[in-house]
Amino acid sequence: MTQLTQSPLDEAIATLLTPGGLDAGALDPGLDHALGAGIDYADLYFQRSWHESWVLEDGEVKDASYNIDGGVGVRALAGEKTGFAYSNQITAEALAETGRTASGIARSGARLNGQPVHAAAAPLRYAGVDPLSGLTAEEKIALLKQADRIARSADPSVSQVTASLTGVHEVVLVRASDGTLAADIRPLVRFNVSVIAARNGRRERGSAGGGGRYAMSRLRDENVAERFAREAVRQALVNLEAVDAPAGQMPVVLGPGWPGILLHEAVGHGLEGDFNRKQSSAFAGRMGQRVAAPGVTVVDDATLADRRGSMTIDDEGTPGAYTPLIEDGILVGYMQDKLNARLMDMAPTGNARRESYAHMPMPRMTNTYMLAGQDDPEEILKSVKRGLYAVSFGGGQVDITSGKFVFSASEAYLIEDGRITAPVKGATLIGNGPEAMGRVSMIGHDMELDTGIGVCGKEGQGVPVGVGQPTLKLDELTVGGTQS
Amino acid sequence: MTQAFDAAAQQALLETRVAAALEQARKLGADACEVGASVDQGTGVNVRMGEVESVELSRDQGIAVTVYVGQRKGSASSSDAGKDSIRAVVEKAIAIARHTGEDPAAGLAEAQLMATEFPDLKVHHPWPLSTDEAIELALACEGAGRAVEGITNSDGAGLSSGEGVRVYGNSHGFLAGQRGSRHSLSCMLIARDAQGMQRDYDYSSVRDPAYLSSPEAIGHSAAERTLRRLGARRPETGRLPVMFAPELASGLVGHFLNAIAGGALYREASFLCDSLGKSLFPAWFTLMEKPREVGGMASSPFDNDGVYTRDNVFVDEGRIASYMLSAYSARRLGMTTTGNAGGARNLRIDAPLSTQADLLTRMDRGVLVTELMGQGVNGVTGDYSRGAAGFWVEEGRLQYPIEEFTIAGNLEAMFANLLGVGDDTDTRGSIHTGSWLIDDMTVAGS
Repeated sequence: MTQLTQSPLDEAIATLLTPGGLDAGALDPGLDHALGAGIDYADLYFQRSWHESWVLEDGEVKDASYNIDGGVGVRALAGEKTGFAYSNQITAEALAETGRTASGIARSGARLNGQPVHAAAAPLRYAGVDPLSGLTAEEKIALLKQADRIARSADPSVSQVTASLTGVHEVVLVRASDGTLAADIRPLVRFNVSVIAARNGRRERGSAGGGGRYAMSRLRDENVAERFAREAVRQALVNLEAVDAPAGQMPVVLGPGWPGILLHEAVGHGLEGDFNRKQSSAFAGRMGQRVAAPGVTVVDDATLADRRGSMTIDDEGTPGAYTPLIEDGILVGYMQDKLNARLMDMAPTGNARRESYAHMPMPRMTNTYMLAGQDDPEEILKSVKRGLYAVSFGGGQVDITSGKFVFSASEAYLIEDGRITAPVKGATLIGNGPEAMGRVSMIGHDMELDTGIGVCGKEGQGVPVGVGQPTLKLDELTVGGTQS
Repeated sequence: MTQAFDAAAQQALLETRVAAALEQARKLGADACEVGASVDQGTGVNVRMGEVESVELSRDQGIAVTVYVGQRKGSASSSDAGKDSIRAVVEKAIAIARHTGEDPAAGLAEAQLMATEFPDLKVHHPWPLSTDEAIELALACEGAGRAVEGITNSDGAGLSSGEGVRVYGNSHGFLAGQRGSRHSLSCMLIARDAQGMQRDYDYSSVRDPAYLSSPEAIGHSAAERTLRRLGARRPETGRLPVMFAPELASGLVGHFLNAIAGGALYREASFLCDSLGKSLFPAWFTLMEKPREVGGMASSPFDNDGVYTRDNVFVDEGRIASYMLSAYSARRLGMTTTGNAGGARNLRIDAPLSTQADLLTRMDRGVLVTELMGQGVNGVTGDYSRGAAGFWVEEGRLQYPIEEFTIAGNLEAMFANLLGVGDDTDTRGSIHTGSWLIDDMTVAGS
């Protein structure tokens, strides 16, 4: 009961420091170890996470797992240099050792003192609940079995159903030499259904899922088992009818929501501060210039309530923010962490993220989406004589230097004379970020966010993200089918 | 590197902890149990534009426990392998096993299949390198690359060096450890022309630092690979032969292995279900694994079930000769494990090899692909569609770089259309192969 009245900071101290015999008084001496000569910034990142996963196969939950991870990461910055060390022990000895190791990168220069804590309150973007305790084990299993039952009874061609329920309860605490002291309790849950449907010698997969930063009980309340089971079966059945995808350049209409990974790949990564400081991004030096068609407005938004990519504070303790990236086609902002913001003489934007205490933070996206336009989605489709309508995607990738990006459709249809006709097999779409954004010719009024399934990988670190967009028309994109 | 790491002592400590966890599980009522524990330590340095960018010291450890209560299973793991933590992990695993459903296939691999011989496979080669020496190597690598005319910017060079120990034990009484090391040096450079920027990279990755490529060779190669991409055009859409560079051909072997993996087969999530004995590749092509090869990237005398590893032939003269099975997936398919819990180890191709020039002559007109992008491989249907960059080939010779196109086909047809394998074998990973020339794929460009 006391947990309800505790502040995130009190809870973080109790969860992270107390078990190792430490209290809030240990933070400043800990920081001091990392502030050697020549170090101009240092931070301590304490984290503990509890991860739970339940998997159903063949109608039974045959496997479930539970993982506990935790430790402290210590970082010391000297100019553009970063020293980093971590320990999975949160003790005074570990703080001293990792701090000295991290500060070992600089050997000369003045010794700065850490700033005393200056309180900064960040508005909560989600409730600091333990999401795992929201349902009993029996209720979790019942939810998975419900998905299995619904998927199997939805169509006789469904031969395999896999469903999973995962949740993470994460507590973080950041103390930095610039005076930052911040804590966050981050719940994250997800429900997934994947089915195989077989008919006339063909086999196809369909999958659906989603979640966010809330208690597992909300998944039950929102009836995700039924929704995702039906959606996965629907997608598999569509794909059983799919014909070979076309190959070559053509107009492409992207559905609303998850196809927003277009923005994540074509625009988002190229606007991360580190790549622009190093001038390695195709968008480097283009601030204030036109990088997309008029009408295109793209933002990165950590402040959306309960979303998978949202953050009350980022992993450097900066409050999560709403950051405009492109306004009416003009480049207006980068996503920054403290290191890159300082070196580029800009302000941090709350985009510093790290996979865990054992990884260094860097500028990353949170929820990245395009604002709604004026066009009727029906009219957008009607405007295409021959093209592709893609509504669901697997994943994507970008080469931020050349600007080339790909994303792979997992549900798509031909557009013929303004009408959606045959479903086509999955195909990869390829384009050049700035060029593709210049070819956006119609923007729907139907902005949607994805259901909460995204994982973004950068330099080997995975973090949860969100995307969104309205229905969009790109006048030309290369479609990688087999029918030339 | 600067941190002391006594692998023998670490192994002894992990063995004690694994034994303690097994004993704990027995006491708490588990009918069977298996425990894996590992500790890895390493150093990574990154330099960029002639300056140190980051120095990172890493030390990761973990313990993972799986218990069986009757035919019910529960798993739990932690990054803390201390005594109290082990007890909590075992208790949690048993608590989970009270809720999971009965699974007739659940359980350890059969006791008589446990590995009994543990030859030294020479995969542990510590590198007593100081941070300063590591920085020097990375600087030399990037410096060699940046000195090449035309290189305008850099994404940096990095050296990472690490070693570790993993121990696996189960309630059959099996308890064994394996030590290993990995060292790598990489460099990524950027060049610009009027058309825009291009980047590319090269790397060396080895178990024994004696075999690491020289920093200068890696830097030069990264520069050359970057510069040759400048001035890229887009190919026309059409059906053409495609040659996959060695580092990408190993990905095709990977797609094949995923499709014959027991987990994909019993879930019907493979385009190769029920295809044992089927002719898939040309008759001159044989693919096998050599898990006990001395010094191999993935060498181990036992798999993740404790089962002894053996040389498996997956493709014999073009036919699918064996699936890739763990004890569990084998039971699900009514078969016997092939010692592949955790995957295949040290894949080797037995086939007549051609020089790259010969393969290009056979291709005559088509594309050489040197980079692939995206995840457009559907394991259920074998449908394949990926973004690519590479070179246009005409009259058997490279003409100019190409980019922003896709290559598409179906893996089953692609394997059947394999025309030749190059002798330019890439030995950096667990899969060793040269270039692959595949006939009749769809190239989509302008």
